Amino acid sequence: MALALILVPTLGALAAFAIRDNHNRPWLLVAVAVAHLALTVLLLCGATPPPDTSWLWLDPPGRLVLGLVSVLFLATAVYAVGYLRYRHERANAIFIACLNALLAALTVAILARHLGLMWVAVEASALAAAPLIYFNKNKRSIEATWKYLLVGSVGVAIALLGTFFIAYSAVHAGAEPSLRFDDLAQAAPTLSKPWLRAGFVLALVGYGTKMGLAPMHTWKPDAYGEAPGLAGALLAGGVTSAAFLAILRILRVCNAAGEGAYASSLLLGLGLFSMAVAAALLVGQRDVKRMLAYSSVEHMGILAIGVSLGGVGIFGAMLHLLANGLTKGVLFLSAANLHRGYQSRFTTDVSGALRGMPASATLFLLGFFAITGAPPFGPFVSELTIARAAFLGDQPVAGALFLLFLMIVFIGMGQTVLKLCFGDGPGPTTTWRDRAATTGPIFVLLALVLMLGTLVPDVLTALLTENVAWLEVAP
Amino acid sequence: MASLLDALLVLVLVVNLYALGTSRIAVVIRLVAIQGLVLGALPLLAHHTISLEAVVISVAAVALKGVIIPVLLYRALREVERREVEPLISTGASMLLGGLGAALALAFTGNLPLTVGDAHHLVVPAALATVLTGFILLTTRLKAISQVLGYLVLENGIFIFGLVLVDAIPLIVEIGALLDLVVAIFVMGIMLTHIRREFASTDTRALSALKEE
Repeated sequence: MALALILVPTLGALAAFAIRDNHNRPWLLVAVAVAHLALTVLLLCGATPPPDTSWLWLDPPGRLVLGLVSVLFLATAVYAVGYLRYRHERANAIFIACLNALLAALTVAILARHLGLMWVAVEASALAAAPLIYFNKNKRSIEATWKYLLVGSVGVAIALLGTFFIAYSAVHAGAEPSLRFDDLAQAAPTLSKPWLRAGFVLALVGYGTKMGLAPMHTWKPDAYGEAPGLAGALLAGGVTSAAFLAILRILRVCNAAGEGAYASSLLLGLGLFSMAVAAALLVGQRDVKRMLAYSSVEHMGILAIGVSLGGVGIFGAMLHLLANGLTKGVLFLSAANLHRGYQSRFTTDVSGALRGMPASATLFLLGFFAITGAPPFGPFVSELTIARAAFLGDQPVAGALFLLFLMIVFIGMGQTVLKLCFGDGPGPTTTWRDRAATTGPIFVLLALVLMLGTLVPDVLTALLTENVAWLEVAP
Repeated sequence: MASLLDALLVLVLVVNLYALGTSRIAVVIRLVAIQGLVLGALPLLAHHTISLEAVVISVAAVALKGVIIPVLLYRALREVERREVEPLISTGASMLLGGLGAALALAFTGNLPLTVGDAHHLVVPAALATVLTGFILLTTRLKAISQVLGYLVLENGIFIFGLVLVDAIPLIVEIGALLDLVVAIFVMGIMLTHIRREFASTDTRALSALKEE
């Protein structure tokens, strides 16, 4: 079952090159996405787990991220049909192959129960995403892709060194070392503490680069700014979540080894710093896509803070993982529509979008309210939960800073978004119009975000609680 | 065995310094190729018995790090107009920095909590020094191709550290890591071509359009 889930997008990647028809090739994405989602549902609804020594299976956060990635991919796949048909003058074989390869790599990363395998998959997903950023093939996208490749590769290399350090902490403990996450957590008390600590720091820096935590976020505004919106949605909602998953799994080993306090303090510091950097750069931002990139930095910070607080904070962070991923899909896809319509992503050129492109602009505006934590959307609940965890957990300073940064971000992003949506600018300048394929998926994602904020299904609450227990494994 | 291992690791360290000190990119590529070949021999020497796993890793490392990647880079270089590395700090200064880093890595090894077996050879300090060399190359060189070379040296350092982990890291993960590296270099090579075509040079100072206003 797990293998089929990986095989489907892998075959899809190969099939992309076999299909000659540039116009109809995007449908391949939808086919792969539907199959992937169907298998994901089957897997989540209780397939029999394999023997305990296998390398591929779902742990509690893996279940969350797998569901998120699969839904997000289906939404972007449907969107891609509309988008790539509009841009039919560009060959899209490589683009579609890389989207499939990205899904395959992400699936492996999510299913990986082995520290080394996880690293290989995250690196593969980073490489599969590079051609997506380069889709527009101009000077700016070259620069963005180069920075993404170099910073990302060095980051992932550091994560590999961290992986090796953690492996050495197991070797140091003697016996037959195993790098399966479960075995590591079980053997955690015997692991060599200095190597484990150093390994966690390196893994945090390395995977944190992939997540886009400040100060390792420098590639992010460039890459998200130049990549097509649908690639941005997958990067901000999928790749970052997979990197966060890697950090969570290593954090669990640290918790089991009794080093949780040390690891959490690092996460809290990086999280607050990320929020601060994002808040500073969001104020007065005129480029809509860069704005979304800094918003992503901010929300990666929120995830780190939530997890570092423990208990209710973890519950909030895991809910926020879903809420942020889905809302990022709404924002990137609707921003891409506006970008296509007006042929600019700067507030200096675009205004009055609510009149010019009412569907996309409304979705974008609602997405903005959702991501900045306005009720009744999902992020409101998750951010409130994290703030509560901070004040209840004796971290009033962190809690106060958290709320302060949220407020600055709301005001900063608000300025940009209001300029874009209201005002009396001219209408769209291109032939791009809102269509079912390019607004429908956004609407569905927004509905899901709304659901997370209003009626969270009991199954999900149970899964989130399970995540808290999973991460807070006793030493 | 152990003395041969240490001799080869010293060779790796010398190559590091040489790579920091030369101003011609072609020479750096050759040095990285030599380092790759030496690295390929190490898995066979790091343990008392030669396992099938060590042979596979060894062959893969020689083929990829010693031959395929350098050839790819050489091709990319042929099309580049100027062939000096154009460092941000002088080659002498970066050599000094690298030497200092290696000395520190060696001096600190005594303080690292190593297993009894690993305290007696140079694997860990050589790995750390090579990682450091990679970082110096990455941060002080302006040509895109030199940065790729820095990334390669960084990866070589991590590979050396992997020698103390042969029992812990399964073969499939090692091979996966090597494959990822090749794909990364391949994609970077493609981007190098595009950078040169668009900007008429691979000087990364030209890549500065994207920033906050």
